[in-house]
Parts: sequence; structure tokens; C-alpha cells
Amino acid sequence: MRLRDIFRRKTNSPQDIAAQRLRLVLTHDRANISPGMLEILKDEIIAVISRHLEIETDKVMVSFSEDNRETRLMADIPIYTARTPRAEARGREESRLREEPLD
Amino acid sequence: MPGKIITISSGKGGVGKTTTAANLSISLAMLGHRVTCIDADIGLRNLDVMLGLENRIVYDIVNYVEGKCRLRQALVRDKRFPELFLLPAAQTRDKNAISIEDMNRVAHEAAELSEFVVIDSPAGIEHGFRYAVTPADLVLIVTNPEVTAVRDADRVVGLLEAEGWAPAKLIINRFQHDLVRRNQMLDSTTVVDLLAIDLLGIVPEDNKILSASNQGQPVALDDRSPAGRAFRDIAGRLNGEDIPFEAIPRQTIFQRIFRSR
Ligand SMILES: Nc1ncnc2c1ncn2[C@@H]1O[C@H](COP(=O)(O)OP(=O)(O)OP(=O)(O)O)[C@@H](O)[C@H]1O
Ligand SMILES: [Mg+2]
Repeated sequence: MRLRDIFRRKTNSPQDIAAQRLRLVLTHDRANISPGMLEILKDEIIAVISRHLEIETDKVMVSFSEDNRETRLMADIPIYTARTPRAEARGREESRLREEPLD
Repeated sequence: MPGKIITISSGKGGVGKTTTAANLSISLAMLGHRVTCIDADIGLRNLDVMLGLENRIVYDIVNYVEGKCRLRQALVRDKRFPELFLLPAAQTRDKNAISIEDMNRVAHEAAELSEFVVIDSPAGIEHGFRYAVTPADLVLIVTNPEVTAVRDADRVVGLLEAEGWAPAKLIINRFQHDLVRRNQMLDSTTVVDLLAIDLLGIVPEDNKILSASNQGQPVALDDRSPAGRAFRDIAGRLNGEDIPFEAIPRQTIFQRIFRSR
């Protein structure tokens, strides 16, 4: 191996790019869903879950996982809990504090 | 006991199905087996030319199916291996000239006469593909280390599984070790892992394939052809031999210096 190759390994080689593209194409082919449909599905999942839970919409991740030709749809949906710091709640807290100053 | 029916398929066209069918048939015959290969690519026949048997054809598979001749009359005997036969495709008909039942019957009749029946499937996943894989005991999926070819191979693997057809094994053709070493080409492990089927062989890119096909002398007959060797190894594995996959060839110091691009 030449020096140049060692450095090139760090960047995305044509081999890496091919492997990534192949993986993505196969996943979508096997699940029979286009990348665009997956985005729509994600929005719908967010809408449904939001009716029951408060979720961090911008952190939702929907993806496929593959295991020996078995495909799974994975949804990672962070939800707000009492301990999640959030701008809106923090804002409310602050205004309450202003209204009712500690004695 | 009837012989084993092996269908060579790929999904994508031009990846080397006919080359594989010709070389595998020759290699199995070299091992002393009685082999019948069937050209199922009706309308685009090529296996006869690759095997160098085009001048000896009298009847073809459609003639036989339509009752115009007996199976033995349609089979062309190879001059090099008296135990190797070709059942040619019809050149002036189309795939609809043969039904799935026809192919099933012909393949099983051929299996009564031989130890191996090798069927060269047409490209695609339509009728021609379906009649070619229906009689198979084993499907060999040929692909190239290229995103498009592997994608189409995956379709075939999926169809075979969904329809409960025969088990499939993989042949990666036109592999270029030097490109893989320089991270320019998909490596075999990635392809095998993604397709999740057993690997039967890796056939290197080999300039000799072109002239071999033009001469009607498949590379399996050539001791010095790397692809020829790979095809003979594949035949050996089908024969039940435990042949290790060739280690990636080491470059000589000269190759390393002169291939500086
Ligand atoms: N290992 C190889 N090295 C170099 N050239 C090859 C190799 N394998 C196949 N080829 C070339 O690729 C071309 C296509 O091969 P072939 O006809 O066997 O493919 P095919 O899958 O049968 O095509 P089709 O789908 O049209 O039936 C031919 O020109 C052949 O010489
Ligand atoms: Mg062909």
C-alpha cells in the first residue's frame, strides 16, 4: 500500500461510497419504500405520537435495520419528561418566578 | 438417480451468465461428469457460440417442445468432451414459445440423461427467468462488484425466497483485486454480507474471456487463465470438494512500482 492510500482511507473512498449507496438502495428495495415515502411516514408517526405524548420532533429518527435479510423499522423518538429542559417550559417557569417572587 | 439441475441467473443483463454457464459446463465435463447445458435465452442464443458448437446445431429446444424431434436429436454433442451436450435455444422465436411446464419437463428429462444440467437463464425477472429457475435444484446468481448488478441480484434472491424456489449461491464475476486493494471497487465481503447468501466463487476480470468467446474455446480449457481456474474451482466445489478461496494474489515488487496510478 502506498502512503497516499493510507491517507485516502480516512476520506470516503469510492469503495465506501459504493457500499453505503448499495446498503441504502437494498434497504429501500427490500422494504418496498422510497426514501421520500419514509420521510412522509416519519411525519405521520410524529403526528400520531404527538397526540399522546410531548416529543422532541426535531430529534426523531426513523430508519431501517437489517439483520440477515430481516428488515426492521426503527423509530427513535425522544419524549419530554418532567426533567427534560425545554425552552417553552423554561419560559413558563421564568414568568411564574417573575410573577411570584420568592420570599 | 437424476442429475442435479443448476440454473445460472442474475437479474441484470451482461454480467456473465452465459460465460459462467459455458465454463461451468466445460469444467464439470473435465471432472468426468456427464453434463447437459440448456440455453434458455430463447431469441438471443449465445451459449452455442461460446462453446464453439454453433455449426453443429440441427434442432433446438422449441423444435423439441413442439414435437418436431426427439430430445436426443436436439442435443449437440461437444467434440472435446463426448459426455457434454448442448440443448440450443431457438434464435428466431421468443420466450413465449416455451411455458414453465415445458421447461420443467425438458430439464427433468435432461436430468435423467446426465449428472448435471446447467441452464443459462435470460436476463430479467420475467417469464424467461421464471421458466429457467422453476426446475432448478440450485440457482447460481452471477453478479459484478457494482451497485446496480448487486441490487438486481438482491431482487433475484428475494424472489427466490418469496416464491420458495431453489436455494441460491453467489458468483462474483469480473472481480478486480487491484481495484479492491486500492479501495476503488466493492469488496467481496460487503457484497456477500449484504446479499446474505453463500459465496460459491469469485471470478476475476480476465482479458482472455473475450477471445475465448470469439474462438468458441471457453477459458476453463486454458490452464493459464485466472478466470478459467476460478471456474474450475467452482465446478470442484459443486462436486463437493473443499476448495479454499484463492487468497488475494500478492503483487510483485515490479507490479507495485509500475502500477503507480
Ligand atoms: N470475468 C470476465 N472478464 C472479462 N470479461 C468478461 C468476464 N465475464 C464476462 N465478460 C464479458 O462480459 C460480456 C457479457 O458476458 P455474458 O454474455 O456471459 O453475460 P450474460 O449475463 O450472459 O449477458 P445477457 O444478460 O445478455 O445474457 C461478454 O462480452 C464477456 O466477454
Ligand atoms: Mg447470456
